Amino acid sequence: MGNKKSKNWHWSQDVHALFKKLGIEQVAYVPDGGLAKLINRCQADASIRSVVLTTEEEGVAQMAGAWLGGQKGVLLTQSGGVGNCINMLSMMQECRIPLLALVSMRGEWGECFPWQVPMGQSTIPALEAAKVIVHHVDQAEKVPETVHAAARLAFDSYRAVAVVISQRISGSGSRG
Amino acid sequence: MAISYKLQRRKVVHQILKERGDAAVITGIGNAVHDVASFNDDPKNMYLAGVMGGASMVAFGIALAQPKRRVLVITGDGELLAGVGSLATIGVEQPKNMSIIVIDNQAYGATGNQHTHTGSGVDLVGIAAASGFKKTALITTQAELESELPKIHSEPGPYFAVVKVTNKSSPRIDAPRDGTYVARRFRAAVTGESM
Repeated sequence: MGNKKSKNWHWSQDVHALFKKLGIEQVAYVPDGGLAKLINRCQADASIRSVVLTTEEEGVAQMAGAWLGGQKGVLLTQSGGVGNCINMLSMMQECRIPLLALVSMRGEWGECFPWQVPMGQSTIPALEAAKVIVHHVDQAEKVPETVHAAARLAFDSYRAVAVVISQRISGSGSRG
Repeated sequence: MAISYKLQRRKVVHQILKERGDAAVITGIGNAVHDVASFNDDPKNMYLAGVMGGASMVAFGIALAQPKRRVLVITGDGELLAGVGSLATIGVEQPKNMSIIVIDNQAYGATGNQHTHTGSGVDLVGIAAASGFKKTALITTQAELESELPKIHSEPGPYFAVVKVTNKSSPRIDAPRDGTYVARRFRAAVTGESM
């Protein structure tokens, strides 16, 4: 794990290293600025199949398939994409299939773009309504340990878990 | 006026399943569940009795995780249309071991045979081909079905076929309904791992 006090440290380097340690072999996403560094690290890693989706619900279905086929995957999504996933998440609940999702927030801390606010404010209630366990994190240095805990809860206890990464960390949307 | 087709969905699905070998079979919601379950309740069947639009991407995740195994999607036109963007994703990713078979009755059979877009000219084979599927086929006769069977099971994919069938319904044969049971049985059968 990297030196958290280093100026160049970014949570994505530790989370990518954690993905390797956990044996994550599939990562699926619709791109988002708050996740861009992690996406770039995953794309550059030949041991992880990085899949670009047309809509986030495809990734929920893909993650179900990954587990059914004996692999582990991670879904990366902006908060806006959570609304697209609700019906597909019923598979995780009905089948008790693990899901690890990283959700980067918009419409939350210091948002300057009004169209992001409605879904941003609905993100956590929507996840919870779909019986996804939410771990909210608002400090960059706590992201890796939170993802690690969420991964154990997901893959070892067969639960759907979302790590919701605050806009306070990414600073996205601060200039509209 | 919509053309009427003669192939019967259940006979088509049974003929495909007879030659499945060790393939994993993922069904979409609706009649596809009953078509597959009525042939046999193979542990390598994953029946999706919900998540409309999700069958192709569940199968894609399995295809990546099980690269040596053929993964077949058997689904309906309504289900496929609900997740039609998946064809673009799968077309880009090019899983070689995956085939999607759409049993196309041009109707939402589970809810009273309301029309789907495929009866109004939407060409799913064209969408799959334009999305980069390696091999595509439109099957409307028994002879065409028989000539495509070997490709469904072994052509380097992604493979995509639409089979046009009559919209007459077949008797309902239920698959096991408990998703947790079906999912764990499936995973054990295809991975050989216990949990």
